Amino acid sequence: MFRQLHIKDHTSEVRLFKQRAIVAIIVIIIMMLGIVGRLVYLQIFSHQHYTTLSQKNRLKIVPLPPTRGLIYDRNGLLLAKNIPSFSLELIPEQIKDIDDTLIRLNKLIPISDSDRKHFRRLVKQKRRFQSIPLRYRLTEEEVARFSVNRHLFKGASIQARLIRYYPFGEAGVHTIGYVGRIDTRELQRIDSANYSATTHIGKLGIERSYEKILHGQVGYQQEEVNAQNRTLRILDKTPPIAGKNLTLNIDIKLQRFADEALGEYRGSIVAIDPRNGEVLILVSKPAYDPNPFVTGIDSKSYAALRNSPDKPLFNRAILGQYPPGSTVKPFIGLAGLDAGIANNSLFCPGWYELEGDDRRYRDWKKRGHGDTDLDKAIVQSCDVYFYELAQRLRIDKMYKFMSLFGFGKKTGIDILGELPGLFPSREWKRRKRHQAWFPGETLITGIGQGFTLTTPLQLSSATATLSMDGLHFRPSIVHSMQGADDPEPILTPATRYKSVLLKNPQNWKKIKRSMMRVLHSARGTARGSAQGSSYKIAGKTGTAQVFGIAQDAEYNAEELDKRLHDHSLFIGFAPFEKPTIAIAVIAENGGSGGHVAAPLARKVMDAYLLGKGL
Amino acid sequence: MISNNYTAANRRRYSLAESFHIDVPLMIGLLLTAALGLVILYSAGNQNEAIIYRQLTRLAVAFGIMVVIAQIPPQQLRFWTPWLFAIGIVLLIAVLAFGEGKGVSRWLDLGFVRFQPSEIIKITLPMVLAWYLADAPLPPKPSRVMVCIILIIVPTLLIAKQPDLGTSLVIASSGVFVMLLSGIRWRYIFSAMLAAIAAAPALWYFMHDYQRQRVLTFLNPEQDLLGSGWHIVQSKIAIGSGGIYGKGWLNGTQSHLEFLPERSTDFIFAVFGEEFGLMGILVLLTLYLFIIARSLYISAQAQNTFGRLVGGSIAITFFFNIFVNIGMVTGLLPVVGLPLPLVSYGGTSMVTLMIAFGILMSLHTHRKLLSQ
Repeated sequence: MFRQLHIKDHTSEVRLFKQRAIVAIIVIIIMMLGIVGRLVYLQIFSHQHYTTLSQKNRLKIVPLPPTRGLIYDRNGLLLAKNIPSFSLELIPEQIKDIDDTLIRLNKLIPISDSDRKHFRRLVKQKRRFQSIPLRYRLTEEEVARFSVNRHLFKGASIQARLIRYYPFGEAGVHTIGYVGRIDTRELQRIDSANYSATTHIGKLGIERSYEKILHGQVGYQQEEVNAQNRTLRILDKTPPIAGKNLTLNIDIKLQRFADEALGEYRGSIVAIDPRNGEVLILVSKPAYDPNPFVTGIDSKSYAALRNSPDKPLFNRAILGQYPPGSTVKPFIGLAGLDAGIANNSLFCPGWYELEGDDRRYRDWKKRGHGDTDLDKAIVQSCDVYFYELAQRLRIDKMYKFMSLFGFGKKTGIDILGELPGLFPSREWKRRKRHQAWFPGETLITGIGQGFTLTTPLQLSSATATLSMDGLHFRPSIVHSMQGADDPEPILTPATRYKSVLLKNPQNWKKIKRSMMRVLHSARGTARGSAQGSSYKIAGKTGTAQVFGIAQDAEYNAEELDKRLHDHSLFIGFAPFEKPTIAIAVIAENGGSGGHVAAPLARKVMDAYLLGKGL
Repeated sequence: MISNNYTAANRRRYSLAESFHIDVPLMIGLLLTAALGLVILYSAGNQNEAIIYRQLTRLAVAFGIMVVIAQIPPQQLRFWTPWLFAIGIVLLIAVLAFGEGKGVSRWLDLGFVRFQPSEIIKITLPMVLAWYLADAPLPPKPSRVMVCIILIIVPTLLIAKQPDLGTSLVIASSGVFVMLLSGIRWRYIFSAMLAAIAAAPALWYFMHDYQRQRVLTFLNPEQDLLGSGWHIVQSKIAIGSGGIYGKGWLNGTQSHLEFLPERSTDFIFAVFGEEFGLMGILVLLTLYLFIIARSLYISAQAQNTFGRLVGGSIAITFFFNIFVNIGMVTGLLPVVGLPLPLVSYGGTSMVTLMIAFGILMSLHTHRKLLSQ
């Protein structure tokens, strides 16, 4: 019996299939009758109803764009606003020959290739009865020229639209970003219904990171049109909901001041209020004017920006990864204190040797610093002391401690695209380089060279954490947002990360005092920078060697030389007793930190704390 | 025995259609439907000859491929089935890993050709199930049913993750049809249906925002007038205003005044309904029904389980596509982006469809050579 089951019974299987096939055809016929029933309902019983609708079907849905939210700085200055601008728009379904129309229009109003390309892309995406912009920002003369000849161009019209304008231009671009025309990639991402009336979208910075909040909700109106598609009246209207206004923590005047203070230097200055993580300034220099990007920058200007050796498009504050140099010393010193191995002094002959290795690791000061303790090692930036300290801490402990301050990790700032920098570890090296960790690498990590990379934002955030005895906040750009229905601005709460805890909290004081003496003692590496200041500043200078650019053959000899100069770095906070600003300054190829970066930080602090120069 | 057979077959005179392995009634049904499709496409595409030309080219290619497939004997198809299915699955995984486009990755670019691996699965999933089930007596034992369910679920989830809900729905159902035809007991079928209904809320949880939006729109089209709600409202007006006899070819106001979106592709049935009315639709439905009935007949005549199951599932899946499309256009079902077979403007799915019919023809026309 059971054996029988395994032998295929051909006839019974055929019978079984035929049964099922008959069931299938019956179900199919029933479902088809269902469809027919539905059609009978639509086409016979509701025929009158739908005929009326179709005859009256002169109803068109016209989407209404929401007004984009405004952006203010912390003092209420407008950073991004919407200004009316005239644009030339075409409705494809009303135009017989688009190519011909474009050629004829071009004689009145110059239309570039990129305008034309963009227009053609939109034609494919939008409904044919929707008005599609061809050129933005017409001059008054162009508007007049078109208006006179309007009767020649059926389906073309001048529309007043709001376009984005950034009054502070260059000064804010790396923070605020800009909006630009929606491109194909973005089209896949966005909710096409909500963007049906929108032409622009945030491309960078706050404009991009807060796109959802700034954009708002589309509205629409039902219009009755005649057979020629002319609007007769508006039947129903759902108004759009404007995007929310944002207030930033950025102080735009201070930011512009810092930008100008950098002068000819390329680089970045980031300042944070250490009490809450509010980012006061986020400067990346050189910058560029975002306004041409809004209406579509021409390819020549864009190429000039992109190919410029100064890389103005590059946001150094969050993307620039620099070796931190000696600015890591206060942190490594803290690690040493916390491990209880930084209480002795040693003799610095100007070099350091590892046992069983005759390579000499040099101090920046050839003759050496002589007897050196931790305080002196920070104030005068002794490398040998930190070679020894790093050697005794070992890489694992350094890595663990530095991670607490956010080295090698994204800070979590509310602008997209930030880079994490790098603090090396054994594990990292094995994974990425497939190599073991060498003892010599521990030494140079101790003075912020080697693999270590930090962004200016990271440095300033770590400095803020140090200045607050380990209280660690997420850096934040947006302070509050307010929609039309919100009676009060909604504050974005400060996010606190896990605090850095020391075994002996007295060590914070110790390190911070040494940092203060960097500026306020006779031998400090930044002693000139605090002269005559009414408040006390604590800080640390740094000088980072430049690698890599040497191969670039494009520069002439003189220029090449300059670009191989060391980067000048400074981190600091003030006032010393109750810090309200923590800052990181990087001046590319500026040379030593004490000469360029530290005086810049002082200037910004004076402006912020005393209002000097603003 | 075989030689006997051979001489017996040899004695008959072969018609042209038979020597090319073409089933004449099915071919006529397909050609008539495609021709009707071209007629309405001409109107839907605003009498644009370029569109007709392109669609004709596609039809020619698709019919050509069908004829080529029809030449392959079923046992060859059966032999290659598991390999083709495996390749399809690997490509699906590849498309998830390196597919084109962010967010929605359906296409695989091989440099010389871009295609959707889900199309391979559309054909090979029913085949692989039939291949597997044909090994043992029917109805299948529960353990075999479990294997089949896994074979269905894996590609379905991979495609749903792309995300392409419409296609994954079609593919899952084509698999289910094989199972139904294989003779699973009705009580299992009904309990599975109940389970599916119970699982619907969980499905909601896994859906993308835009897919949820479509379901919400289906429940209340007026709510989303800028999105797919507009499609439904307008296509109902088009069909309803067509009445019994229609407004006449090229006279549909809904379509020609451009109220009706996607009227050459997914919503072409609405144009058909507007211009040819209920009578025209009945003609179209009759043609479809004829194709389905002929396909089921061919399957029932097939000589082995593999052929019966593959053929039957092709026939039912064909109907399923039609039903989902018409259901969507008439507002009975939510908007799922499925074309109307043989009529909608578009390429990829047409080729897949004709490959399926090629398989059906191969099943039918190679039969006599083998029969005892």
